[in-house]
Amino acid sequence: MTVTYNFAYLDEQTKRMIRRAILKAIAIPGYQVPFASREMPMPYGWGTGGVQVTAAILGPTDVLKVIDQGSDDTTNAVSIRKFFGRTAGVRTTTRTAEATVIQTRHRIPETPLRENQVIVFQVPIPEPLRFLEPRETGTRRMHALQEYGLVHVKLYEDIARHGHIATTYAYPVKVDGRYVMDPSPIPKFDNPKMSDSPALQLFGAGREKRIYAIPPYTRVASLDFDDHPFERWRHHCRCALCGAEESFLDEVITDDHGSRMFVCSDSDFCESRRGEATTSPEAVSLASDTETHHG
Amino acid sequence: MATLSPGFADPVLAAQATFRGVMDAVARPCTVVPLIDTPAAPPPLCAAAAAIALTLFDHDAPVWLDPPLAQVSDVAAWIRFHTGAPIVTEPAVAAFALVSDPAGLRPFRDFAAGTLENPDTSATLILQVTTLEDGPALDFIGPGVAGRATLRAAPLPNGFAEQIIANRALFPRGVDLLFATRGSVAALPRSATLVGEV
Amino acid sequence: MYVAVKGGERAIENAHRLLAHERRGDRSVPEVTTDQIAEQLTLAVDRVMTEGSLYDRELAALAIKQARGDLIEAIFLLRAFRATLPRFGSTRPLDTGAMRIRRRISAAFKDLPGGQVLGPTFDYTHRLLEPPVSDPPMPATAPAPSEPTPRVSDLLAADGLIETTAFPASPDGAEQPPGDLTREALSFPADRDLRLQNLARGDEGFLLALAYSTQRGFGRTHPFAGEIRLGDVALEMWSEDAGFALPIGRVTVTECQSINQFKGSATEPPRFTRGYGLVFGHCERKAMSMSLVDRSLRARELDEEVKAPAQDEEFVLSHSDNVQATGFVEHLKLPHYVDFQAELGLVRRMREEHARRAASSGTANVVDDTREAAE
Repeated sequence: MTVTYNFAYLDEQTKRMIRRAILKAIAIPGYQVPFASREMPMPYGWGTGGVQVTAAILGPTDVLKVIDQGSDDTTNAVSIRKFFGRTAGVRTTTRTAEATVIQTRHRIPETPLRENQVIVFQVPIPEPLRFLEPRETGTRRMHALQEYGLVHVKLYEDIARHGHIATTYAYPVKVDGRYVMDPSPIPKFDNPKMSDSPALQLFGAGREKRIYAIPPYTRVASLDFDDHPFERWRHHCRCALCGAEESFLDEVITDDHGSRMFVCSDSDFCESRRGEATTSPEAVSLASDTETHHG
Repeated sequence: MATLSPGFADPVLAAQATFRGVMDAVARPCTVVPLIDTPAAPPPLCAAAAAIALTLFDHDAPVWLDPPLAQVSDVAAWIRFHTGAPIVTEPAVAAFALVSDPAGLRPFRDFAAGTLENPDTSATLILQVTTLEDGPALDFIGPGVAGRATLRAAPLPNGFAEQIIANRALFPRGVDLLFATRGSVAALPRSATLVGEV
Repeated sequence: MYVAVKGGERAIENAHRLLAHERRGDRSVPEVTTDQIAEQLTLAVDRVMTEGSLYDRELAALAIKQARGDLIEAIFLLRAFRATLPRFGSTRPLDTGAMRIRRRISAAFKDLPGGQVLGPTFDYTHRLLEPPVSDPPMPATAPAPSEPTPRVSDLLAADGLIETTAFPASPDGAEQPPGDLTREALSFPADRDLRLQNLARGDEGFLLALAYSTQRGFGRTHPFAGEIRLGDVALEMWSEDAGFALPIGRVTVTECQSINQFKGSATEPPRFTRGYGLVFGHCERKAMSMSLVDRSLRARELDEEVKAPAQDEEFVLSHSDNVQATGFVEHLKLPHYVDFQAELGLVRRMREEHARRAASSGTANVVDDTREAAE
């Protein structure tokens, strides 16, 4: 039995359906457009939504970068990059600056994105209100009527209980003053990068069958309170490999005595910096580096 | 059927290139985006609108034709043959409207604006214009626009400014507009807000 | 010394090689063939075809072999293949009343036209573990039935004793084509056509547990096994060119119609309601579970109070698909360290604050708040 697949795997009818959904998603920033997500040759929860969005936009002149946890060589990123290399024959890259399409899980690259780039997020649970209201019928009505009081109550309960907003990733945002949106499980450190970005941001949730978007140059505000403004967070130290002071860091345990080091989560960012200059490893501190941002 | 002009020479790659053009246009309202590969279409359907049709239409997307297009049976035949899209006469059920005479277009409110719960179930109007460079300047702000963007499409539907303001007031409901001319496209999604003197 | 985690690509290639090796097992043992699976593990093949939504014994057998006998993995393989197939049209509704019967039982009547046909069933076997006979005697044969085998539900409907409108007509009275949740995202409330499609594709174990729960009081519907029939039915497609329906083949299906709790009102005489199950091949447990759950999910349209899990369509339909469920549960294996680091930072910071407060007040309360886990 010989099986041949179309360019970028999806058949043309599926691409048209996804493309129509993408256009509506861009026209209604932050609104989740239902789409007839297909079974993909990789499991639900492993990026099927992002893969379908990427497959629907990708062309032969694109240069694709795929990251998971900020890194190009985590196994799932490797697997998805190989999939598109095989089914679309597109050029792939690990360099953020060279890519025209970036598919990501859980991070936004440190290198600022540009106008001619599209970033595609893999989304597990697209509904920011899902853990407050498990029913789709309920959340759809709340979005329709902009009934977002519950989210604020939830965040405020955190403050009352912990003294902090206890959401550290998938931190909800409001898009252009209208829809509350799940930014996908990126650390809240990355939230400010979404606002006013020159790049188009697309979000695909395969299992939950939703596509949504943030057009370029769109206001994206992280929800907060006047007395508890939104705070960015990163480990308070420098990358042990490149010395970066402004990047999001991974903590790596290096032996069984609890020794640890901190390195950039964005592997391309770190490697580019190391290519430019060499820096000596930095002493490790466990304190947090917190910046305050409004919206 | 024998006289129908062909569609895209390479349907897969041309549809992809056209879609990326349209996606860029919708993401950056008022920006004029070139469409590289456009087919020969039966007049008065223009090549750019025809490329968009081949890219986005199929049996799941009902299409409404404005009277000048509806009068030419080759146009409907071409669309049906190449896309399989059902042609509808009731504008309210159309996913797309193809408009060759924007000045004579019926009001936007005749087309689906979606619902508050499902605002995506709204129409996209594809307006064939003669220019995207020399029309009256209209300034817009909103998502996709850094600062201000200027639309210079002509001809435009009657009472365009008032209609576009009313459409914006419906947000998140509303129709989305594509302007097609020769080898280019520009867009005005419902999120764009008209500013300045009206 | 820290070594950056590199070589994901090589790790994946090596894992694939190891997987192929393990799938083959001891190479001195003959390899199982897909013919053997298709012929001797028929019920596994039937389940994979049903939940994979693709009637193809050969491909289902291949999927089972490739999946090392993991049926959910095999279902996933079949579904992913199915998603790439072109769609030529829809067949006309199956006429299960005209089925070539291999098994047919009704628990609601002692005897009935067409008779009770026990067929190939585990039902009255004694579950004693013993090696199966490799060359069993040929089965006894019976003369082809001379009388038709009408469905029990049709017999009851003829007397008006059971509801007949299986699908509510649309407001304008026109017959609507059934929906297809593989072509359009499911939205709620979902009509019965979409619910049945979802249940037919749904996980057998999940439906079994839900059906069981209705029998134990969580949404009781008083079911009788009105009829279970297994056999071959003809598939027909309407041809515009020919102007009539063309037969395109036959498929084996199992159908279960449950007879449930009667309903009546001041204006309407009481009559029984029904639940429906239909699956590819011989999947009796699944067909029965499906009919019980179908009936429970009709609570809304039958004005019954919705209070049990099996009556809650959003709960049932959103969680029945094992390909979706297994993907999302198992995706927790993917790295989540970026989110975990962010969470770790917050917990460390709160612990420091807690320690400072405890030091200054001389007390130490234990923080016992829990949070939802990773996405």
